[in-house]
Amino acid sequence: MSQRPTVVPPKHPRESLLREERLPHIWCSGCGIGTALNCFIGALEKSGLPLDKVVIVSGIGCTGRAAGYIRLDSFHTTHGRAIPFATGLRLANPELKVVIFSGDGDLIAIGGNHFIHAARRNIDMTVVCVNNFNYGMTGGQVGPTTPAMAKTATSPYGNSEHPFNLPYLAAASGAVYVARWTTLHVRRLERSLTEALLKEGFSFVEVISPCPTYFDRMNRLGEGLDMMKFYRESSEIVHGLDPRKVDIDLGGKIIVGKFIDIEKPTYLDFQREIQARMEGEPS
Amino acid sequence: MSEGILRGEFFMSGDIACAEGALSAGCRFFAGYPITPATEIAERMAERMPRVGGVYIQMEDEIASMNAVLGASWGGLRAMTATSGPGFSLMMENLGLGIMTETPCVLVNVQRGGPSTGLPTLVGQGDMMQARWGTHGVYEIIALSPTSPQEFFDLTVRAFNLAEKYRTPVLVMADEIVGHMTERVVIPEEVPYFPRRKPNFPPGDHSSFQPGEDLIPPMANAGEGYHIHVTGLTHDERGYPATDEVTQERLVRRLVEKIRGHKKDIIMLEEKGVEGAEVIVCSYGISARVGLWAVELARREGIKAGMLKLLTVWPFPEERIREVASKVKAFVVPEINYGQIALEVERAACGRAEVIPVNHMGGGLYEPEDILKAIRKAAR
Repeated sequence: MSQRPTVVPPKHPRESLLREERLPHIWCSGCGIGTALNCFIGALEKSGLPLDKVVIVSGIGCTGRAAGYIRLDSFHTTHGRAIPFATGLRLANPELKVVIFSGDGDLIAIGGNHFIHAARRNIDMTVVCVNNFNYGMTGGQVGPTTPAMAKTATSPYGNSEHPFNLPYLAAASGAVYVARWTTLHVRRLERSLTEALLKEGFSFVEVISPCPTYFDRMNRLGEGLDMMKFYRESSEIVHGLDPRKVDIDLGGKIIVGKFIDIEKPTYLDFQREIQARMEGEPS
Repeated sequence: MSEGILRGEFFMSGDIACAEGALSAGCRFFAGYPITPATEIAERMAERMPRVGGVYIQMEDEIASMNAVLGASWGGLRAMTATSGPGFSLMMENLGLGIMTETPCVLVNVQRGGPSTGLPTLVGQGDMMQARWGTHGVYEIIALSPTSPQEFFDLTVRAFNLAEKYRTPVLVMADEIVGHMTERVVIPEEVPYFPRRKPNFPPGDHSSFQPGEDLIPPMANAGEGYHIHVTGLTHDERGYPATDEVTQERLVRRLVEKIRGHKKDIIMLEEKGVEGAEVIVCSYGISARVGLWAVELARREGIKAGMLKLLTVWPFPEERIREVASKVKAFVVPEINYGQIALEVERAACGRAEVIPVNHMGGGLYEPEDILKAIRKAAR
């Protein structure tokens, strides 16, 4: 019997920030969450943030599992509650940079109220929302971002609801940084994530992602690779566009880019001002 | 750390005493949502937190409040929230997350009449079983119940220490009357302080849920370099999800046993005239105060009555109740609900003594005479 050669598997290029002992991950072939996570790790490295002070918080769902794969302090909370949990972390220890990495159903349906209030308060946090237009973890049900008329497991004849336009929602709620990319735009996404990480206040990045197992299959959009072709053909970069104009229709054009990048006092800025005033007063 | 902390004698309401108890215990984070009759705790915290270097934040609802408290605890602060029935219901979801992730924190419920919106401004004690069973799944909980502003202060301090000692959320189950009554409260120079159980291994190790012999794991905070992973999923000692029956058995059994195994340390009872008594009034919160008066009246009539006050309601002191049950004729259990803790007393008494509930649906209080009638009946 011939001896088998010892095969040393190559290290994952993002090894330093992945919990390799937890791989393989749960995501399907062709899914975009891994790409989004890869860009996020790249952004983290570029940002120069002290990694021991970066905390990632997720809710529940396919994207919610990201917290379990990244070698940072990481919290996998209850469905929709990543943002208020992160609010507590951030205010308790202002040294921490808090990132929420979760999906559209988690952040915008069950967690929608927390999302708008955190944006309104302008709490220092970066919210990365991977939007695959449906609930993947539970088998592809309709959600708050599902385009009108799209088919899902719970809209088998077509969705009769309007979806949220996430950049518009974030901007209207008070976010100081709003961008959207697809998982085709890896370099631009990484750059946006870096900017978002370094931005003071509530920053929001939407990542449009394929869901070949459910949404794309049920709507006959094709495999992961077909989705990349689709993104290339149907996406258009328009920086600074009024986010009211970036709605997504099924099979229609996807406007991407950085829409909002403004300065506004954060929650902690106001707190510091109040503290300074109090110190000037007799108690 | 102690700058801005009150010391000495005060005349204050239960709600204010609770807030001051928390501050004395080192609480530096409060997240809440206005709700009668617990609002005074939030208002006091909003005023006091900035003066002791702490954080007050009013969240968008009680779900968010409970989550912010959990996050703040992992951020390294002693954290609490305070609410009443409707908010308590909303907090159940993440009370479960706190139990599963072994997050020390304190949740105060100043109970009012329910169900639903019920009686916002009036007393109730209808959430006692919700405290025990309100979040889904298998678990054990610690719940304390004060009968006066002084006890509201003392038990809030104790709640913080138990939370750290056993790495779990602790409930303080007060009620509207105790929350709003104003009495003398003595704040001591120093209160007991159980510090967070920190890991004795260097950062970089990934055993954030490796328990010691007492079944309680040490806790690294976020930002300390341990790269902890914390999940509400069933998890192994590294904190990683492991959703199988073997891990579930090991984890959930430990979560329950770490509390049950330390009942002697956790349970606080106050007994009066129990030895030689024939009838015991067993109660908690404001009902225990009326009960105590009824015991006095009964003794004046020559009835051998005693009082067993439950300062700790959960875990339930079943061993002591059983012991007493074999020596007495009956327990009288007054409470402002249709009989919740009375069922526990009955279970613990194992048929050795009769259990007579005295019930009030809320919005008011029984007269001592109502309890006295039950004592007389039991003594006959």
